Amino acid sequence: MSSSQSFEPLQEVKHIQSLMERSTRFTSLSGVSCIAAGVAAIIGAVIAYNILGNYYGADLRMWQYSNDSFAQLKQQLLLLAFVVFVVAASAAFYFTWRKAKGQGLSMWEPSSKRVFWAMLVPLVSGGIFILGILRFDNWYLVAPACLVFYGLALVNAGKFTISDIKYLGYCQIVLGLINIWWIGYGLYFWVAGFGVLHILYGLKIYLNDKSNNN
Amino acid sequence: MLNPIEGLNKIFDNRIRLGVMSILMVNEEVSFNDLKSLLQLTDGNLASHLVSLETSAYIKVHKGFIGRKTNTTYSVTKAGEKAFKLHVAALESMIKGVK
Repeated sequence: MSSSQSFEPLQEVKHIQSLMERSTRFTSLSGVSCIAAGVAAIIGAVIAYNILGNYYGADLRMWQYSNDSFAQLKQQLLLLAFVVFVVAASAAFYFTWRKAKGQGLSMWEPSSKRVFWAMLVPLVSGGIFILGILRFDNWYLVAPACLVFYGLALVNAGKFTISDIKYLGYCQIVLGLINIWWIGYGLYFWVAGFGVLHILYGLKIYLNDKSNNN
Repeated sequence: MLNPIEGLNKIFDNRIRLGVMSILMVNEEVSFNDLKSLLQLTDGNLASHLVSLETSAYIKVHKGFIGRKTNTTYSVTKAGEKAFKLHVAALESMIKGVK
């Protein structure tokens, strides 16, 4: 054994483990990016709440109105949703990119590509499905559908990244499924799922990272 | 008692070859470029180690195309899997021995 001067079996095993982990899972996902997405979602929901309040005023019985101002409302809300999505996604990308850089990794690793593809299929199907719902003005189905499809995307992606993401996905799916039996509270469920859950899980990932680094 | 060092595989002495095997053990197929970026190597350096793993029949090479570009992927063979597991077991028994 004396011949193995610089040979450290423990180091070798750690090297093997880290490569196995890194080649299968994308671990640079940042907790801060999750929190930022949650905050964006809550701000968006507050704005949506005000837009809806202005539109319906006191008379909530007019909720099935279909005229010009309703078309305008639809446009406003769609635009808002789009802006929130872009802000949340860019924040998520930015903070994850920073974390990956800090770890000396690239954002476009084989493992992150897998996360991307795993999310893309449920998200695109969900997006098209929701456009179909909007076409028939079934607004109350939008929030549950968002939550369920997003949850499925996360569960799928959880195989290739931090496993917390899988549980975040389960929670989103459950919220969406409760919402479908409790129609009309979409905005609240939306805030709970996209806002609160993102922030909670973001904090959890952030704290896990901190304790791992110390 | 057997000397645990005897369980170590000479081919896996090298960090790069050990790295390639680690990655291939947990992935069905990995392309040359993905190996290169995961191990942060140059083309030539990686290629020479891949050749030596291939000649020991520890990995299989699949030559394919994406459009007109060649896409070479690698996967581990049964023999490679067995050799790698023996090597890791030897490492682990050495760690236990040290403790």
